[in-house]
Amino acid sequence: MDILYSIFIDPFAQMIGAPDLLVQTLWDGLVGGMLYALIALGFVLIFKASGVFNFAQGIMVVFAGLTLVGLYEAGVPAFIALALAIAVMYGLAFAVERVVLRPLVNQPDIILFMATFGITYFLIGFGEFVFGGDPKVMITDDLYLPKGSFNVKMLGGIVNFQRLDIVAVVVASIMVAALAVFFSKTRIGRALRAVADSHSAALSVGISLEQIWVIVWFAAGLVALVTGIFWGARSNVSFALEVIALKALPVLILGGFTSIPGAIVGGLIIGVGEKLAEFYWGPLVGGGTDAWFAYVIALVFLLFRPQGLFGEKIIERV
Amino acid sequence: MLYREAGQFKTSYASDQAIFPILQDRIGIVVILAVAFTLPLYADDFIVNAVMIPFLIFSLAAIGLNLLTGYTGQLSLGTGAFMGVGAYACYKLTTIWPDVNIIVWVVCSGFFSAAVGAVFGLPSLRIKGFYLAIATLAAQFFLEWCFIRIPWLYNENISGAIEVPQRELFNIIVTGPRATAETRYYVVLCLVVAMTWIASNLMHGRIGRTWMAVRDMDIAAELMGIRLLPTKLMAFAVSSFYCGVAGALMVFLWYGGAEPAVFNINQSFTILFMIIIGGLGSLLGSFLGAALIYVLPIALRFGPELLGLHMHAATVEHVTFMVVGILIIFFLIAEPAGLARLWQIGKQKLRVWPFPY
Repeated sequence: MDILYSIFIDPFAQMIGAPDLLVQTLWDGLVGGMLYALIALGFVLIFKASGVFNFAQGIMVVFAGLTLVGLYEAGVPAFIALALAIAVMYGLAFAVERVVLRPLVNQPDIILFMATFGITYFLIGFGEFVFGGDPKVMITDDLYLPKGSFNVKMLGGIVNFQRLDIVAVVVASIMVAALAVFFSKTRIGRALRAVADSHSAALSVGISLEQIWVIVWFAAGLVALVTGIFWGARSNVSFALEVIALKALPVLILGGFTSIPGAIVGGLIIGVGEKLAEFYWGPLVGGGTDAWFAYVIALVFLLFRPQGLFGEKIIERV
Repeated sequence: MLYREAGQFKTSYASDQAIFPILQDRIGIVVILAVAFTLPLYADDFIVNAVMIPFLIFSLAAIGLNLLTGYTGQLSLGTGAFMGVGAYACYKLTTIWPDVNIIVWVVCSGFFSAAVGAVFGLPSLRIKGFYLAIATLAAQFFLEWCFIRIPWLYNENISGAIEVPQRELFNIIVTGPRATAETRYYVVLCLVVAMTWIASNLMHGRIGRTWMAVRDMDIAAELMGIRLLPTKLMAFAVSSFYCGVAGALMVFLWYGGAEPAVFNINQSFTILFMIIIGGLGSLLGSFLGAALIYVLPIALRFGPELLGLHMHAATVEHVTFMVVGILIIFFLIAEPAGLARLWQIGKQKLRVWPFPY
């Protein structure tokens, strides 16, 4: 009975008893989820336009952050370093298209997936070789990102908000809106969706696959840079981020591989879910549940909706 | 010149269906086995201990994953965790019943791994492709968490790691710090050869064929009367069995002790690399891939020194990462079907040499 009580009643009693703590946990979860969602967004962009499951998105985040900080440490002014980092991400997109994707056109998905593993390994080695393996501190001050926090009195308690988190949420929302407009309103966006529907049909109406791929990989690189800046500001820019980036995978499952809103909603659900579980139920099993909770949510979810929340329905024919 | 099949007539159905229909192939297998079984006589301890034992163990794990991913088409990223289940099961079994033959426990630990694998294989009925891969990630992270958070699994050791106790087989020390490299090598070799033989027979029989039918198109396979649930679960169970035994061998006969970090996600990825570089759906490919992926970093580490270059240890590691990444991409571009396919092409060329076809 004690166990049932501590699973089903006690956590909810705590939630009602201390609503300010609940709000704090929810907010932390939302911010964490936003960052998962940003990584997932990079995955979705590339998957939508080229059908490639880009495992390297996580390391691209690290690499983008490292490039920015590395250039700054080498004496480049912050905003020029930012511009150069963007240029580097473009170079990366160009190189990936030319060296990896173009020779592998028409190969099975798993081969392309493996090729992005190759990219991951290369970027890990290259990043450590050039910038060193030590964690670096993100240059928040020079990019005029706010820091510190403020308290809001509500629900009979105090809830703490980091200024940086608010900026992160705002910037992420703007970016998602911009991408949504880009995909639905612009010429290139329509071309991207055409490529996603069918490579050969897109080619036949004169859309250049090479150009489209460079654009999506560059867009994913930009998303990676933004993610790298905010994540780096919250903790550090280090290769440990790569494992956290795997959390974007359950986010993708929840949202569906092809849906931009799905990536965002999935990210928020996972972020909030794992924070709540860790805070209220984690102590029952000794803590550390956030290592696997997201995957288990995704797994349970998949059993009921194999295509994710917003994914296109999977239709199979013999 | 030597590799000709002229004059080798197949006079019975059995010889027509033989796995190695060509005499030269059979001779080749015998030679390879002979070399493998006499290796410790002329190779030094370093080769046996640091190259051959891990190579064989990784090959076994790669065969396990290949049964699932290559033959049944179910992408799995939980290999490392299934290896861990085998290792921890073997550790618990041998500490509870120390008198039982250790080889029995190594094989039995595979059954625990198989049971866990079958449970995590359940979603495969509804989920396919990358979605399934992420579902197996749940297995990976959940099991890894169990290895850390359940003290019962490592007998409440303060270090949180498992230490391999000394066990004897017919009065020869097989595990523990005092076991010689040769003994361990022979144990590993015998098990790997036996299990490869079993896997080969499985693949050429009814079970293997149903697996391949499911891989090629599971809806079509279902229409032909193959029951998907038992087939997929069996693939998960057998695959995890192989991985579990490989994990137990890895801890008991190679490392001599292990932390949960040994079975982390990178281990799963390493084994996935092996089967993709080696060749999906090929037992030979599992060995070739394991050889390439495991031996390559060792060669890279010692390569520069042999050439007289002195590099910083950290630099060597970074360069290794870069080279492995480049090689993965290079092999995928050169031959997406893997090393096993290259080997087949080479054999075909040899058969018709000096003519092109």
